[in-house]
Amino acid sequence: MTTATQPAARTVSAPSGAPGGLRIRDLSVTFQVGKDQTVRALDHVNLDIAEDDFVVALGASGCGKTTLLSCLAGFLKPTAGEILLHGHGVAGPGRDRGVVFQKHALFPWLNVIDNASFGLKMAGVDKRRRYEVAREKLRLVGLDQFADAPIWRLSGGMLQRVGLARVLANDPDIMLMDEPLGALDAFTRESMQELILQVWNATGKMAFFITHEVEEALFMATRLIVMSPRPGRIVHEYETEFSRRYVAGEPARAIKSSPDFIRLREEILNVIHATQ
Amino acid sequence: MSSTPHSEAAAPARRFSLRALLGLKSDGGPVAGEGGSTAVISTISTLALIALWWIASHMRWVPPIFLPTPEAVIQRFVETLFEPYGETTLLGHTMASLFRVFSAFLLACVTAIPVGIAMGISRVARGIFDPPIEFYRPLPPLAYLPLIVIWFGIGELSKVILIYLAIFAPLALSARAGVRSVTAEQLNAARSMGASRSQTVFHVILHAALPEILTGMRIGMGFGWTTLVAAEMVAATEGLGQMVLNASNFLVTDVVIMGILVIGIIALAIDLGMRWIERRMVPWKGRV
Ligand SMILES: Nc1ncnc2c1ncn2[C@@H]1O[C@H](COP(=O)(O)OP(=O)(O)O)[C@@H](O)[C@H]1O
Ligand SMILES: [Mg+2]
Repeated sequence: MTTATQPAARTVSAPSGAPGGLRIRDLSVTFQVGKDQTVRALDHVNLDIAEDDFVVALGASGCGKTTLLSCLAGFLKPTAGEILLHGHGVAGPGRDRGVVFQKHALFPWLNVIDNASFGLKMAGVDKRRRYEVAREKLRLVGLDQFADAPIWRLSGGMLQRVGLARVLANDPDIMLMDEPLGALDAFTRESMQELILQVWNATGKMAFFITHEVEEALFMATRLIVMSPRPGRIVHEYETEFSRRYVAGEPARAIKSSPDFIRLREEILNVIHATQ
Repeated sequence: MSSTPHSEAAAPARRFSLRALLGLKSDGGPVAGEGGSTAVISTISTLALIALWWIASHMRWVPPIFLPTPEAVIQRFVETLFEPYGETTLLGHTMASLFRVFSAFLLACVTAIPVGIAMGISRVARGIFDPPIEFYRPLPPLAYLPLIVIWFGIGELSKVILIYLAIFAPLALSARAGVRSVTAEQLNAARSMGASRSQTVFHVILHAALPEILTGMRIGMGFGWTTLVAAEMVAATEGLGQMVLNASNFLVTDVVIMGILVIGIIALAIDLGMRWIERRMVPWKGRV
């Protein structure tokens, strides 16, 4: 497993306004429910994700987090607004945006390495080369020992690591993660948080990560957006540095128990309760 | 933390449930004694039935013309292995029947599975195939047998077609249902990994549908075998169904019972074989 040793390796983000990164402009999504009833799942959401950002969306269920991610992934066509990735409009799903799902969504008929190299297979990469890439990504998530295992033998945390590896094998620009740790036990969850940050640091990809856990959000984010429901909106944004401190070598528990972490955690909890 | 404890060794908790003690199937999970206790009970009940048959026939509760003894049936079985009953030996009858059922089965596989998949994927295909399949599916094969005879004569073809039709509907419907067992997330995952529509069909949907298709093949095979006797009522000279019908015309009850047992045992063997294939081909079924 890679360890975070080179915080300086990450490039500094381009100044805002530059075409790099991901830009979300006035994104709105309205769902038609029933005959003349609609749900405003997203309402004029604006967000810029810079090249080195780890953006975490935090909010109670129903505030539009999954809807936002679905738009970014291209699974859902927004009612209004636009999404630009490196200056190009997003229309439909694509290899440049990899998705890790809450319920893994792996293919049980394929073993670990065939799951991890699925995207390369679809792109017509020959078997030797795609296994080479997949093996490297499996090593990155600590699963190279399990390359030939059937996925139904794996635990929940391992399944999510395969999901991460198959996204990385496609070398996307951004990793989209919808509550990927929601179904894991507390211990697995903490180690997965660290693993995801290590992977993010090692690969230098943008990340968009959804959770409803305040501590997780605060620990993972470089930018933390707090969302509120009906209509789905971003109500608060925080720039935080805990994840950068983690990849620079500070222990996770030390960060999570530091006074500034706890203070901010309580502040965010208050904000969330106030917006309910 | 709001996560539920996720444990990899949760199974033994139910070991001493009442259901397991009563030999009832526990609802899911590798709980101890899933097959064990029913196997014992089933063996006892089977032996009891045979014993009852033995006693009833030996005590002459029923005249031998209606219920021959087990020994007579076994003797008849051994005899017909070597001497023809009717046109051919027991083996000949069996091969004739198996040939009909398996040709019909193969024919159904290459047609019903693509049709079912197409129905699962495309609204147009659903619109085209739904009415005919839903209409003929509940019909008893004997109801359309006369029409098949008028159209295809009394040769092998009409027998195979009758069995084929019995297999087609359940197989197509399970392939169609199988398509639905792919999850929206799996489809989205494939698309975001760059799979085209046809790649999604061949690399995701077909695989996800496989467990249901295999179950459909097993059920279809059962239907086909069930239709065998009806098919062999049409001017057949060979076949297990024909052998039983012929014997019943002459009240050769030991051949009738022997034939029924052979038909039943072959059906059971095919079913077990198909289950074995299912376990081999989709070991992941129900686990993820
Ligand atoms: N396909 C849909 N059809 C109708 N309403 C939807 C659909 N998807 C989401 N919604 C509604 O939009 C709102 C936001 O949902 P979602 O994005 O799933 O929230 P979150 O992921 O934050 O829990 C909810 O009120 C939900 O009921
Ligand atoms: Mg959600």
